[in-house]
Amino acid sequence: MSVDVDTVTRVARLARIAVTAEDAQRMTGELNAILGFVEQLGEVDVSGVEPMTSVIPMQMRRRDDAVTDGSKAADVVANAPATEENFFMVPKVIE
Amino acid sequence: MRLAARFDRTFIMTLVDTRTPDPKRLISGATGDWEVIIGLEVHAQVTSEAKLFSGASTTFGAAPNENVSLVDAAMPGMLPVINEECVRQAIRTGLGLKAQINHKSVFDRKNYFYPDLPQGYQISQFKQPIVGEGQIIISVGPDRQGNFEDIEVGIERLHLEQDAGKSIHDQHPTMSFVDLNRSGVALMEIVSKPDMRSADEAKAYVTKLRTIVRYLGTCDGNMDEGSLRADVNVSVRKPGGEFGTRCEIKNVNSIRFVGQAIDYEARRQIAILEDGGKIDQETRLFDPNKGETRSMRSKEEAHDYRYFPDPDLLPLEFDQAYVDALAADLPELPDDKRNRLVNDLGLSVYDASILVSEKAIAAYFEQVAKGRDGKISANWVINELLGALNKAGRDIEDAPLSPDQLGAIVDLIKNGTISGKIAKDVFEIVWNEGGDPKEIVETRGLKQVTDTGAIEKAVDDVIAANPDKAEQARAKPSMAGWFVGQVMKATGGKAAPQAVNDLVKAKLGITE
Repeated sequence: MSVDVDTVTRVARLARIAVTAEDAQRMTGELNAILGFVEQLGEVDVSGVEPMTSVIPMQMRRRDDAVTDGSKAADVVANAPATEENFFMVPKVIE
Repeated sequence: MRLAARFDRTFIMTLVDTRTPDPKRLISGATGDWEVIIGLEVHAQVTSEAKLFSGASTTFGAAPNENVSLVDAAMPGMLPVINEECVRQAIRTGLGLKAQINHKSVFDRKNYFYPDLPQGYQISQFKQPIVGEGQIIISVGPDRQGNFEDIEVGIERLHLEQDAGKSIHDQHPTMSFVDLNRSGVALMEIVSKPDMRSADEAKAYVTKLRTIVRYLGTCDGNMDEGSLRADVNVSVRKPGGEFGTRCEIKNVNSIRFVGQAIDYEARRQIAILEDGGKIDQETRLFDPNKGETRSMRSKEEAHDYRYFPDPDLLPLEFDQAYVDALAADLPELPDDKRNRLVNDLGLSVYDASILVSEKAIAAYFEQVAKGRDGKISANWVINELLGALNKAGRDIEDAPLSPDQLGAIVDLIKNGTISGKIAKDVFEIVWNEGGDPKEIVETRGLKQVTDTGAIEKAVDDVIAANPDKAEQARAKPSMAGWFVGQVMKATGGKAAPQAVNDLVKAKLGITE
């Protein structure tokens, strides 16, 4: 598997990372080197093996349905660049 | 016919045409008839105290960001822990939809950027949802002959996912306000197969789904508060032809709007195709004020959600015993209840359908009908009570008459104490003033007069006072009705109508 410069540019855009044309060129080479390295894993025969989701066999922990959190609106918006009445304020986004 | 097509952005579904084109559902265009194909994705908010992955409250209408934990705000290092109740509710809903329950399901990240999505991804289920294929039976009608048609609508899947926050755009000239109270609340996305062929069928489907989740108590079904909203997929084709390109109308929040949006969208697509154009697959928005749909998202950048399993969450697993325990505890569902009312109480399908349409109405009726005549009880609940509630703009939950009070009125009719006409007066008195119907009938002297002597006297009096009318009636028997009316009036409506009728005829010498 390898990526071309267009794929790198598109993925960067989807991830909202600003990448110059020059950087995209360089990163295409770097990413392909990494992908080539990872591809070596394909040499292992894993037919019939369940994909592993956890290193130890365990059940997902579950929570009781109880309100144990919240009522901290001021904390929630504390780091926001702009707030009003505990709303986050962001540049207008309307479709 | 089997056609693989991209039905939803989130997953691939194999489209199978389950229906035969039905002439009465077709829309006629300039170039002939068209068939509309509808599939729905309904987002139903799970009834739970706390959110899907955090301990913050799900209560509607709290102050901005009051019901938000640091998990919902996606602060660094916060980890999701699943709420068991949401899992139970999803399984119970699946059981109510007669669907396959998957003992292992997986949570994935659906990646996109929007200010009301602080994580930068929504935790959802993609390839392995908790619930698989099921079905809903919808009833459309009645037609001119009064018949209902039952239609089976396939369910493709149900999965659990997080709701996003809410953006408000009208508070400030250049800024949008974001409230995360809804962020992280558990939703069930219930996806139908494209099995519906008219706006009426789609409306019946949403109505039925809403009834089912309300019976189950898994979603309150409150569309005004956004607890239930529908994304409507619409395409058109020549009857029986290949499926056309669909448009998705997002976030339609009332059953009436679902119908309006489909009618408008089908017409729009037909007009484009008949002009030789083609349909662009796109997301559209329904504007209830204008009654039209319009393009919502720019098409320059197709959405690419880059789903992958959420590394913060293990697969969701449970055994059959867990499902069986939930199944054992399921309430009677509307279809079963309707069949029971028809088979055991002898109600008509139409009456039974009305009574089971809402859990609260069914509960009220069953309380009235307990140990009483089912048909009379149904009649009084449907015609009098629901009629009066409708007129007063009230819900059954705050009906002024309790089921026991209405039941007492039914008893008084059944044992002949009052006539049906007086019963309506008693109903009105209890509605306005409350009280025990039996006592009201006693104290206000509303008892039906069955004493033939008393009725006879009243009949004699009316005939004696109107000799010319009596003469006319002897010649023209249909005039007898006038005397019956006068006698009823004279007795304050309390005379047993059949007895009056018989006596008037006898006294006037009318034989037929």
